[in-house]
Amino acid sequence: MITSSKRTPLTFLVHATVLFLVIIWTIPTAGLFISSIRDKNQLSTSGWWTALSTSEQRHVARAHEPKAQVQEGDRFVIRGNLFEGSAGEITKFGSSSLRPDEFDVGTVAELKKGETLQVLENGDYAFSSPVPWKGSRGDRIFYTAEVPPRFTLENYREVLNSEGLGKSFINSLTVTIPATIIPILVAAFAAYALAWMRFPGRALLVAAVVGLLVVPLQMSLIPLLKTYNLIGDFFGVGSKTYVGIWLAHTGFGLPLAIYLLRNYIVGLPREIIESARVDGASDFDIFRKIVLPLSFPALASFAIFQFLWVWNDLLIAMVFLGNDADHIVLTGQLRELLGSRGGNWEILTASAFITIIIPLCVFFGLQRYLVRGLLAGSVK
Amino acid sequence: MGQLASALVTMILGVMGCAAYFYGSNFLLDKIFPTKSGAAAVVARNLRVANNIRPWLFLGPAVLLLTFYLFYPVIDSIRLSFYGRSGEEFVGLANYKWLFGSDEFYESFRNNMLWLIVVPTAATFFGLIIATMTDRIWWGNIAKSLIFMPMAISFVGASVIWKFIYDFRTGGEDQIGLLNALVVFFGGEPQTWLTIPIWNNFFLMVILIWIQTGFAMVILSAALRGIPDETIEAAVLDGANGFQIFYKIMVPQIWGTIAVVWTTITILVLKVFDIVLAMTNAQWGTQVLANQMFSWMFNGGGDFGRGAVIALVIMVLVIPIMVWNIRRANAEMEGR
Repeated sequence: MITSSKRTPLTFLVHATVLFLVIIWTIPTAGLFISSIRDKNQLSTSGWWTALSTSEQRHVARAHEPKAQVQEGDRFVIRGNLFEGSAGEITKFGSSSLRPDEFDVGTVAELKKGETLQVLENGDYAFSSPVPWKGSRGDRIFYTAEVPPRFTLENYREVLNSEGLGKSFINSLTVTIPATIIPILVAAFAAYALAWMRFPGRALLVAAVVGLLVVPLQMSLIPLLKTYNLIGDFFGVGSKTYVGIWLAHTGFGLPLAIYLLRNYIVGLPREIIESARVDGASDFDIFRKIVLPLSFPALASFAIFQFLWVWNDLLIAMVFLGNDADHIVLTGQLRELLGSRGGNWEILTASAFITIIIPLCVFFGLQRYLVRGLLAGSVK
Repeated sequence: MGQLASALVTMILGVMGCAAYFYGSNFLLDKIFPTKSGAAAVVARNLRVANNIRPWLFLGPAVLLLTFYLFYPVIDSIRLSFYGRSGEEFVGLANYKWLFGSDEFYESFRNNMLWLIVVPTAATFFGLIIATMTDRIWWGNIAKSLIFMPMAISFVGASVIWKFIYDFRTGGEDQIGLLNALVVFFGGEPQTWLTIPIWNNFFLMVILIWIQTGFAMVILSAALRGIPDETIEAAVLDGANGFQIFYKIMVPQIWGTIAVVWTTITILVLKVFDIVLAMTNAQWGTQVLANQMFSWMFNGGGDFGRGAVIALVIMVLVIPIMVWNIRRANAEMEGR
């Protein structure tokens, strides 16, 4: 490339622009991750970029029940702490929802009938009355507090257990692993045949594979759904099974798999294969002992592609696997949550992060193979 | 856990079944037409027969799967487009008449055209810019890796990420969506971005551009490295500046790759439905063909005829690219 020896303003501009673009490209994901480990009250009241600063929050809490009262002199007092263990600093409080910040912290507020309420900075409160407290429930206390930043894994615990994400995670694995491995096997044999065996119709088949690379999935859905229903009825198992979706992903992944692998295998040195043939090795032996080990990089590339594609797929899973708890995959679950828990960002961000963590690991761990595969398959 | 275990067992069975097929069929072939021993004439004949059959043993499963999952459905979709809701009664051109008379179709067609123009252009443009610039700096590979990262994120995951950015809070509450917070910071009024007609389409497109730029960057970066140094050195000697080198020397030499990137993203755009479904559920004028097709498949028990017609429209839009691809692949094969 061009390497200019002088440090021009242009070089600086390049650094600045790339940095700017990198920040824009990373910030959305960073925001998601930071939000997912924030306390849910803080998350819903302040932006994630303020995660490290204290936030001002308004809350309401109930004092202890009247049976907790003690007599101090001629007054009856209920004492307690608003934070109950968590940290914070109270600035204002009130006893009515109309004026939640009526009193400054520390003052003794005169309420009706000679009752008083005092709230201290550390959350200690004291209700006091000239006559004994009655009733079964404590009074409400409204307060405004400065809460220090709090990070937690609670959101993750919640979505994994009660929102059913743990189950979906297993469903997704169940779909993805076979749907990645089966097409590799099928495609590798086909790719070898298309690359190194001579038979009539080979060129036509290669052209067909290239053509099928771009066929929109949408074309296949309706006829396949009809066929699946028929087959399901015939065997009495229903149309939505794991075997069905494995085969569907295999079918849809095959054109790319064959194309990628054939391009790679056809580039293997002719001498190796010819000399093995002369030595009397059959095509099956050549494939198993020579071609398969040599094509490992291409196999890995495709495996990553297929893994990412199957893991991230929503369409095929929705059509061929359905939405019940035993079958719904992570992407489907996440979409349902977007509909039903649209405003609960602590749930959405944690769920989204769980769905993207595996692909991200695969991505960063095996990026080399992914790039190689992209370069080989970019005719599609 | 039980489910994962049974899945693993099924998986091992499936994979072993595949392996068993390939081993078994080849073994049988060798048994029926032995080539290792026997009279020369018999061996020659057996060898010929076996060599004629073996390619089809290798190709068999792939051809069957491709036929069942891609080739036959395309044909059947064409047939279904002339049939009614359940795909049983022949209705002639009624579905086509409905399609061209429906406002929803024009809306999604218009949106799809917008997507087709904006997303490939923007993703290729950013990809090219970033590829060019990252090749010149020492931390370029880290930068590339980070910009490439969204490729690994599902469309639904990306939708959640961006919906959070577009989030809107009413009244005087603090905005927790980044975009509205920025707008407020610069003194503007916060907006519900996803409900603004026409523009909301662009807010959805941003997501796909964010995902696809990394792809364009990786491919174009490799192409840029393939440019012979002499051409650039000659331009430098002739006194060309950076921009002239970029536009007049580098871009024309990788024109073929740019076209490949462009068409790849175009095909992807035609198929995209997850983003629309997750972000707006096609409300506020954001419908696209792929999502319209999906909803006709399932709405009120599903209307297979109308769904098939919309799928056909997507197919017709893809055909020019398909033809171009096949011709290029053929040319490549002959050149080998």
